[in-house]
Amino acid sequence: MRVSVIGCTAMLLAAVAACGGRGGTEPGATASGPCQGQQTTGITDKTIKLGGIYPLSGPASAYGDIPKGIKAYFDYINAEKNGIGGRKVEFVVRDDGYQPPKAVEEARRLVEQEQVFALFQTLGTPSTTATWDYTNQRKVPQIFVATGASKWGTDTKHPWTIGWQPNYISEARVYAQYLKKEKPTAKVAVLYQNDDFGKDLFGGFKRAIEGSGITVVGEQSYEVTDPSIDPQMRNLAGSKADVFLNITTPKFGSQALAADAKNTAWNPLHIINNVSSSITVLKPVGFENVQGVVSSTYYKDPRDATWNDDAEMKLYKAKMAQYAPGTDPNVPFFTFGWAVADSFNKTMSAAKCPTREGLRDSMRSLSNVQINMLLPGVTMTTAADDGFPIESMQLMKFKGEGWELFGNVIDTRKEFGPLTG
Amino acid sequence: MAGFLQQVVEGLGAGAIYAGLALALVLIYQFTGIVNFAQGELAMFSTYLAWQLTAAGLPFWLALVVTLVVSFAGGMLIERVIIRPVEGAPELTVVIVTVGLFIFVNAAAGWIWSFTIKDFPNPFPEGAFRAGGVSVGYSTLGILGVVAVVMGLLYLLFQHTKIGLGMRAVASSPQSARLVGIRVGWTLALGWGLAATVGAVSGVLVAPLLFLDPNLMGGVLIYAFAAATLGGFDSPLGAVVGGLVVGVAETLAGAYVGFIGSDLKIGVPLVIILGVLLLRPQGLFGRAVVERV
Repeated sequence: MRVSVIGCTAMLLAAVAACGGRGGTEPGATASGPCQGQQTTGITDKTIKLGGIYPLSGPASAYGDIPKGIKAYFDYINAEKNGIGGRKVEFVVRDDGYQPPKAVEEARRLVEQEQVFALFQTLGTPSTTATWDYTNQRKVPQIFVATGASKWGTDTKHPWTIGWQPNYISEARVYAQYLKKEKPTAKVAVLYQNDDFGKDLFGGFKRAIEGSGITVVGEQSYEVTDPSIDPQMRNLAGSKADVFLNITTPKFGSQALAADAKNTAWNPLHIINNVSSSITVLKPVGFENVQGVVSSTYYKDPRDATWNDDAEMKLYKAKMAQYAPGTDPNVPFFTFGWAVADSFNKTMSAAKCPTREGLRDSMRSLSNVQINMLLPGVTMTTAADDGFPIESMQLMKFKGEGWELFGNVIDTRKEFGPLTG
Repeated sequence: MAGFLQQVVEGLGAGAIYAGLALALVLIYQFTGIVNFAQGELAMFSTYLAWQLTAAGLPFWLALVVTLVVSFAGGMLIERVIIRPVEGAPELTVVIVTVGLFIFVNAAAGWIWSFTIKDFPNPFPEGAFRAGGVSVGYSTLGILGVVAVVMGLLYLLFQHTKIGLGMRAVASSPQSARLVGIRVGWTLALGWGLAATVGAVSGVLVAPLLFLDPNLMGGVLIYAFAAATLGGFDSPLGAVVGGLVVGVAETLAGAYVGFIGSDLKIGVPLVIILGVLLLRPQGLFGRAVVERV
């Protein structure tokens, strides 16, 4: 691992050195008329070119399915809906292997060589953090980044970057709200990944339970390099908590679920975060061992029979079969891609000017926008001082071989007030 | 007190995992005189083979036997194809080749089997043995048992067989070994094959506990190195004792030393490696290398 870090650093240095000499920003194309002077690089009356950066290779390559869902959606609207307002979408996907230095390199390539109109999704907090200074310097929209970190919304220095999915703090608020109602004196044990992601969610949870009867009686962290989290689970079991909040990434999520199932002397209500709620995490543990586990979501699960007659779900499945043949539409990453592409479509359509500035302003003035495949009641809303498009989620419980939604959609904006840094 | 004993037991359980891989490291060092950084990844790859076989419907024990045989052959093949060209090159060259092998095998496993985790059948019964407020999982006992058996077999191989004698000669001086009629190339290949087999055993033991994914052994390898360094790179007994000591030290430090907690646990094996190298470079059970000048 060390070697790869050194290698990547060397690559980054090389990239910086290679680009250092160029300097400045060569002026791109600009608009005339009412949108005079605004940037029109990558967009014409007939086309719009977008670039996305995803880990198509390496340990996080499961996320590589997201752009396939996006591509299927754009192929569908290009062929059947005349694109976005008459503009056919060209979507260029690049692989960063989940390595930030490579993400920077690919961002430069997309912006400077491919001349894309906007970066539509960079995936992962590290890769997005590595690229957002660059995109904002170049005034290129970096829209709907695929990471739940809260900083995309709380930050004020990067107006060209915005998130999409509910951020980790909003998610933590959903669990806090649920406990306040169901177990107002809950004693909570927390396992969290010792990085930005884990601290964001755990910190949000601690703030959300302030002033309530809920207490955190045990907390343990782990490093992604730890072989096993069994010792942490042993310590948490000793805390006698009646709720266990599992803030982990997939492999450790499975380990924690298995450790909880194995320990018959400790049976807390198990809440697992959305990141690890995928069926691929629960299945290896054995469905019989994860019954009653609680999590939350915001888009429709194609495996859930509730949506069998849903018009959006039917359209999604039919068009996936048509434009991405051979793929399994039940993979939630495709659904995610489909929904985020629809979000882009609606945001771009609402833009007053077909320019980079127009898109930037549009993505920061969304009002209750309905999106295909999001849960009923979950919509996109932003404002000049609200950089969080989706802040509502619904709870779900694992039953039989799948998740079952329960309760109402929880709008954390309404319950807890705006989220500020 | 029961709490403390429970922590010790947890530590022994973790230590047994490290000891399994440490045995493979010791074995290959004994045979070839190099430290193989890819050992953990080869073990992971073997574990995937076993998983693939059981997923195809083979009974666990048959799948295990096939895996061990294939791993042995695979280990020898790697020596022939990848290591042979750099044989006799400085040690650093060989080490770098094993690092390359590490990255390649990891990527190959991800490419073949994807990075989504798989569940691996546990050969040991579920549940735990309880006595006086302390519970010991049957899989922990099972792993300790298997590691002890492998250690015993390696000890017999090293000390009481002609192969063992030959390979010690090859490791200490390939040229002299060749002059007295030992087939050096064959011995080196045998070392890689055996180490891959022992690694496969350790992979199959840990996969049910950690869940199988291409990074299964990444974390374990660091601890296994600490174990082998502590016990001495030329002693199977040392590797096992080292593994257990590292496991217990890490768990106790994480549980009872406030500022270490879970955050700095990973530092414990590194401190152990550094301490041993400073105070007793040959390890607790290792023999110091004496050179006549």
